[in-house]
Amino acid sequence: MQKSLFIDPVKCTGCLQCEMACSYENTGTLNPSQSRIKVFNFEDQGRQVPYTCTQCDEAWCMHACPVDAIGLDKITGAKVVDDDACVGCKVCTISCPFGTINYVAETGKVQKCDLCGGDPACVKACPTDAITYVDSNWTGLDRMRQWAGRANEASL
Amino acid sequence: MAWTRKVLRVNLTDGTCTPEDLNMDWAMDYLGSRGLATKYFVEEVDATVDPLAPENKMIMATGPLTGTVASTGGRYTVITKGPLTGAIACSNSGGYFGAEMKFAGWDMIIFEGKSEKPVYLMVENETAQLRDASHLWGTSTWHTEEQIKKENQDPLIRVSSIGKAGESGVLYACIVNDLHRAAGRSGVGTVMGSKNLKAVALRGTRGLSGIHDFPAFMKVTEEKKQILAENAVTGEGLPSFGTQVLMNVINEMGALPTRNHRDVQFEKANDISAEAMAKPRESDGKAQLITNAACFGCTIGCGRISKIDKEHFTVVNKPEYWGASGGLEYEAAWALGAANGVGDLEVLQYANLICNEQGMDPISFGATIGAVMELYEIGVLDDETIGLAAPFGSAEALAELVDMTANGVGFGKEIGLGSKRLCEKYQRPELSMSVKGQEFPAYDSRAIQGMGLTYATSNRGACHLRSYTVSSEVLGIPEKTDPLTTEGKPGLVMAFQDATAAFDASGLCIFTSFAWTLADIQPQIDAACEGDWSLEKLSEVGERIWNMEKVFNLEAGLTKDDDKLPERLTTEPAKEGPAKGLVSGVPEMLPEYYELRGWDTDGKPKAETLGRLGL
Repeated sequence: MQKSLFIDPVKCTGCLQCEMACSYENTGTLNPSQSRIKVFNFEDQGRQVPYTCTQCDEAWCMHACPVDAIGLDKITGAKVVDDDACVGCKVCTISCPFGTINYVAETGKVQKCDLCGGDPACVKACPTDAITYVDSNWTGLDRMRQWAGRANEASL
Repeated sequence: MAWTRKVLRVNLTDGTCTPEDLNMDWAMDYLGSRGLATKYFVEEVDATVDPLAPENKMIMATGPLTGTVASTGGRYTVITKGPLTGAIACSNSGGYFGAEMKFAGWDMIIFEGKSEKPVYLMVENETAQLRDASHLWGTSTWHTEEQIKKENQDPLIRVSSIGKAGESGVLYACIVNDLHRAAGRSGVGTVMGSKNLKAVALRGTRGLSGIHDFPAFMKVTEEKKQILAENAVTGEGLPSFGTQVLMNVINEMGALPTRNHRDVQFEKANDISAEAMAKPRESDGKAQLITNAACFGCTIGCGRISKIDKEHFTVVNKPEYWGASGGLEYEAAWALGAANGVGDLEVLQYANLICNEQGMDPISFGATIGAVMELYEIGVLDDETIGLAAPFGSAEALAELVDMTANGVGFGKEIGLGSKRLCEKYQRPELSMSVKGQEFPAYDSRAIQGMGLTYATSNRGACHLRSYTVSSEVLGIPEKTDPLTTEGKPGLVMAFQDATAAFDASGLCIFTSFAWTLADIQPQIDAACEGDWSLEKLSEVGERIWNMEKVFNLEAGLTKDDDKLPERLTTEPAKEGPAKGLVSGVPEMLPEYYELRGWDTDGKPKAETLGRLGL
């Protein structure tokens, strides 16, 4: 079964534990500026929204790469950057409509979410379950359940 | 090591920024943040300094756990000599600013001297630069933060700044970071303003790599987060209701100081409580509270994000205040509300917004209004002097006076000096509800006896965050004690004071102590920091910090007379509630407290006490 990151911004408090977990998993340091998931704070609306790569099937970044440095992890469905092949041309960062693949000046490569090989660190670190890792075919399950629960409320 | 081992020294007179190595010998004895920065401060500054003179210094400091995955590891402390109290000032804040300082590679920033013109400090990793802030002077903390991000084209910058209150000499001005978190008390923002330092802007991309034992640290911090998640206060009460969960509880206990401490219960407490914040308003059908929010690394999330009622008289013509913003927290809701007899939740939110926007401590401001309203009711102040009618309970007066004080207009200038100076001026000094010139927070000393001693002995003036015995006396953490008796309280207060100092020095939030004891932070510190950090050592660090602060205050000229509550609390019994008939027992508790501390009968640490602590 393929799984996807599923983000429910309503539950996010903005603690940035996900950003620290991501940077630790990938760089061995606690460094939100190296995180592949970012939490955006829309202060005047009181909303915090974590955002990262959604692993498009026909990924713009993958198609745009001139050296085939972005490959598919067949088990997780993640689009994964091969650092050895990446030449740092940044064309993928231009082609991605969501901005979720970014250049890292310190390494000269691009980086994006790779789902940590199927065990995403951000999910484990999130204290409020705002980020979960669920069946790709059923990311709407919780929301369906909520509405289903209201279907015959009136008859109770 | 969890320290970056680097200190940035900023001389505002010369306009220089100089990196230094952290004194690791001191770090081993004082840990970080409140402890280590105070050590630097007392070594470098003459205790008799005028707080607003260039010779006073101001230190912004992180702890070793700031910027780590340890839950609540985002705190920083501002240390200086406080203009409100003439004592050591030590104000702690959350948000994201503290962690950013670590990520930029600095444990602390020491500010000395005074700039000729308004400046702000821009730190980008190892690069630090003082920049002109003339165009920011006279503007709010919100505008300053937005403008600095805009002109640097970098929305990821973190900013701490002062608003108009800190520029105009309000003696309880605070330093606001990340829009609505604040190093709130004792006038640290006033000191910043006196140095012509408008803001500190940080951008750190280096991260933290030097955790002493990384795998052990990741494991133990995870275990400790579970304790917070499973605890009724940190896992349920605080995230759901925020600190405001206390309003009705404390009122029931007859411990909610009302109308300048004349009463101990407020008939409209429920109208300004957490429950009221979550209830749809009659006017627009929406609740004031929108959601909760966390500071950096915090898995509790006690912060409140609210929206004011657009139709309310305070903001009906001010759309700039209609968006979401921080508050209300319990202490602010009490000080702006019960302390003045004001039961209008929306006006409290408005006053709180102005305090955040212009950088002003809502506790001292609100409690000073309590004194103003009492002086008005007894005829000492009149409409002409104040510029308006200010009876207890007046929402209009509160709204007007918060604007006047934040902007330094008319009678607002006198309110900005705090209740002690104001009451002295009008020859009723006994009506200032303060210790060492700093106003009380939200717990009555007659109904929670330990808090009376907490206030009297707090090194930074009346404060609940030096030893929150409410935990024990109200919530039963770590064990229940009777709030109405004085027995055992000197020991309880001392234990809380020392433990709190150690929590503060670590860089963690004291709110974790609802679920954690020192034994829970000890393994986190031990895994993060080099050296042997045993529980005994950590307790001793706490006691050392407390005594160091005390010695500074004595050298600054404070005496036993400053460890005293206003007469009202020791002579006027509580009129109602469970504590009816009781006064505060501070006079009887104080000698025992001094003795337990190893201090003489004048409250001076004995030579052997100082020797034992290496002071």
